[in-house]
Amino acid sequence: MSPVETSVPVWRRRTPTAQLAIWALWLGIVALFVWCCEEMTQRTIWSFVWDAPQAAADIASRSWPPRWSYMDQLWSPLWDTLNIATLGTLLGTALAVPLAFLAASNTTPSRLILRPLALFCIVASRSINSLIWALLLVSILGPGLLAGIIAIAFRSIGFVGKLLYEAIEETDLKQVEAITATGASKAQILNFGIWPQVLPAFVGISVFRWDINIRESTILGLVGAGGIGMQLQSSLNMLAWPQVLLIVLLILATVLCSEAISSSIRKATI
Amino acid sequence: MSSATPSTTLGDYPRSWRRPPLLIRSRTWRYVIFFLALAYLVVGIGSVDVDWTRVADGMERGSRFIKGFLAPDFTTRWRDISQGLMESLTMTFTSTVAGVLISIPIGVGAARNISPGWAYGLCRSIIAVSRSLQEIIVAILLVAFFGFGAFAGFLTLTFATIGFIGKLLADDIEECDPRQIEAIRATGASWLQLVSYAVQPQVMPRMIGLSVYRLDINFRESAVIGIVGAGGIGGTLDTALSRYEYGSAGAILLIIIAIVMLSEYASSQMRGWLK
Repeated sequence: MSPVETSVPVWRRRTPTAQLAIWALWLGIVALFVWCCEEMTQRTIWSFVWDAPQAAADIASRSWPPRWSYMDQLWSPLWDTLNIATLGTLLGTALAVPLAFLAASNTTPSRLILRPLALFCIVASRSINSLIWALLLVSILGPGLLAGIIAIAFRSIGFVGKLLYEAIEETDLKQVEAITATGASKAQILNFGIWPQVLPAFVGISVFRWDINIRESTILGLVGAGGIGMQLQSSLNMLAWPQVLLIVLLILATVLCSEAISSSIRKATI
Repeated sequence: MSSATPSTTLGDYPRSWRRPPLLIRSRTWRYVIFFLALAYLVVGIGSVDVDWTRVADGMERGSRFIKGFLAPDFTTRWRDISQGLMESLTMTFTSTVAGVLISIPIGVGAARNISPGWAYGLCRSIIAVSRSLQEIIVAILLVAFFGFGAFAGFLTLTFATIGFIGKLLADDIEECDPRQIEAIRATGASWLQLVSYAVQPQVMPRMIGLSVYRLDINFRESAVIGIVGAGGIGGTLDTALSRYEYGSAGAILLIIIAIVMLSEYASSQMRGWLK
């Protein structure tokens, strides 16, 4: 052990302080995790949790085979579900387009008042899930398709609005300038300079949202907003597990179909 | 130049310009799609029957709700709200951590460039199942299995996180720079060393960003799965609405919006800092 040997510098990626800070961060995350686990499971009834395998096996045995004859009663709610998603997407995008133009910093008419207002609408719509919108609207409008359509539309506004205003902000300035140089009015600049640039993004975003909306509209019925979820709710209430299984399979098939349709449309337009 | 071609006069030039169609070039297809869309709209809107008297009745309730939203009542149900919020927040955090930890081996297994074929098939199918079942349906099933409460919610969100992070991690690993992997492999590294020295440094920054983003999503979802009995603030909101306590409901919604805005800001800030 000569002093020369110990003083050979060893390569380290971080300084000791940085290393210590990273360790402290990980320690903090672990401590928070443990504390959260404690807090979360305080009111858990563990006997139910230990029973879960039996409960699962019991429900599985009772739900097999799916009750195929119930299918006759599902076509009409399925059609309703597709309508909720499609009409809701149409309404939502129709409302989102003007909002996006108000929110984009390069097209907004007033930076001080309208832009923050539009941004707040977009954030509020995005942070409330469509199921919560449906819950509110059912208590206001009564159960039915209309509440579902408006719930889907309200949730879509934020999604489409946010992505669209980001697309508008990324448009090429040169094209806008070229149109401006011809003496075009404000509306003509939007129509010929900006709109053609964001149109492919707009189609992609709307079709993507439609796909998500199909997923979400299948469960809106749980709170009474129409569609196949209402059948799911009533089957669950009756503990008719073969019907529940059939509905879940149908929802899965619908979701896979809509995903395939939306990805092929998006490939064709982009 | 214009003097070189005197044969064309100004009158020969087209005086007007029509923009070419933006999306569909063929005229027939444009008409076919337009009429199909119109027919669908007529049939679709026709199938929505609205009970207008019920809507008119509801308007009064709607105005009360808006009043409740503008004058939120935080105090009356504060005990329920704080308990629901606590459940939501703890559920969000634990499920994100657990989900990310489980999805790391699954994501690594589902990356074609570093995993054997059998692992690829298995892990990709786990991801596909997790992604195609939406949270609410999983929550309904898990509440039936595990009983009401935050534990079922925790499992639901963990399950959903696995599909999300697993897929993005696997795609990210597949897009890794192959030269770095080859360089480490050329030193004679074992598979574990390959993953930890060639792949991990490339995907780590994006993984942290995605985990923070998922934390944000999980909070939003935790506000929803409570409606079917999986604990959290969603259950509190459902109770408030079914009691027609719009003041408390407005307060809960405002809290949700505030937390989502805050976490969105924090996560975008953090992702910017990691880049």
